Amino acid sequence: MISALALISLWLGVIFVLLGALGLARFPDIYNRMQAATKCVTLGVCGIMLGVFLKTGFSALGIKALICALFILVTVPVSSHALARGSLIAGVKLWKGTVKDKFTEDRGGKSIIEEEK
Amino acid sequence: MAKRIAYFIAGLIVWVLLSWTLHYQEVLAGVAVSAITAGMFGGYLPLKAGKLLNPVRWFWLIAYIPVFIWQCLKANIDVALRVLSPGMNLKPGIVKIKTNLKSDIARVFLANSITMTPGTLTVEIKDDYLYIHWIEVRSDDPEECARMIKGPFEFFLARIFD
Repeated sequence: MISALALISLWLGVIFVLLGALGLARFPDIYNRMQAATKCVTLGVCGIMLGVFLKTGFSALGIKALICALFILVTVPVSSHALARGSLIAGVKLWKGTVKDKFTEDRGGKSIIEEEK
Repeated sequence: MAKRIAYFIAGLIVWVLLSWTLHYQEVLAGVAVSAITAGMFGGYLPLKAGKLLNPVRWFWLIAYIPVFIWQCLKANIDVALRVLSPGMNLKPGIVKIKTNLKSDIARVFLANSITMTPGTLTVEIKDDYLYIHWIEVRSDDPEECARMIKGPFEFFLARIFD
């Protein structure tokens, strides 16, 4: 039973990591790509870690996996925030379909939304 | 001092969990390492140590975990569906919302939680305002945006950290 749950969790994790990678390739600009890279990949890795924990139980390996999942959950949003903020300030263009950009507006800078060709 | 003690205890717990043994040599090494790190970095702990002893806050923290996991799952399915759909349904934009949380740590957790929810990514916190990159801007009204983006998080975080 537990072994089956572990397998389900592992496979869900693998599928979400795959979807995250696909999103990274398909989405149009860095900010949208960051969305795929943070959400899908975090849940995917947490699923894999949970699967390892369920498989090995309360052992040195299982507990380490759980702690890893916790650290990833706390640190991935911070790093993606830093990357997105850095790109905005450096003026990396937003995709042309972007509907509004309050950040650059409030800073009083020139619009960084990509122009339609 | 209280901060350093709290930091020391937390460090020791993580050390014991990571080594997963109660052999006295391991524990002694853990005590030494935790004491050194607590001495160096304990002062930076962004919490009042008294808050750590309040059971009501711990209760809300535990109640927050299932809420967070549910929101996180919804976020993932939402983004996954967008990745798989041919047109991708993108309508991205950066919106500005107001937060009522006071302490820094609560705001950090709000920003982190928002980053994990459907299609939103925090780009900047300035004063009381958060700038958020939203994968599908569903409303023009700032109030309504704030309600949609924050969801249940602010309610819980105010009770845990503020």
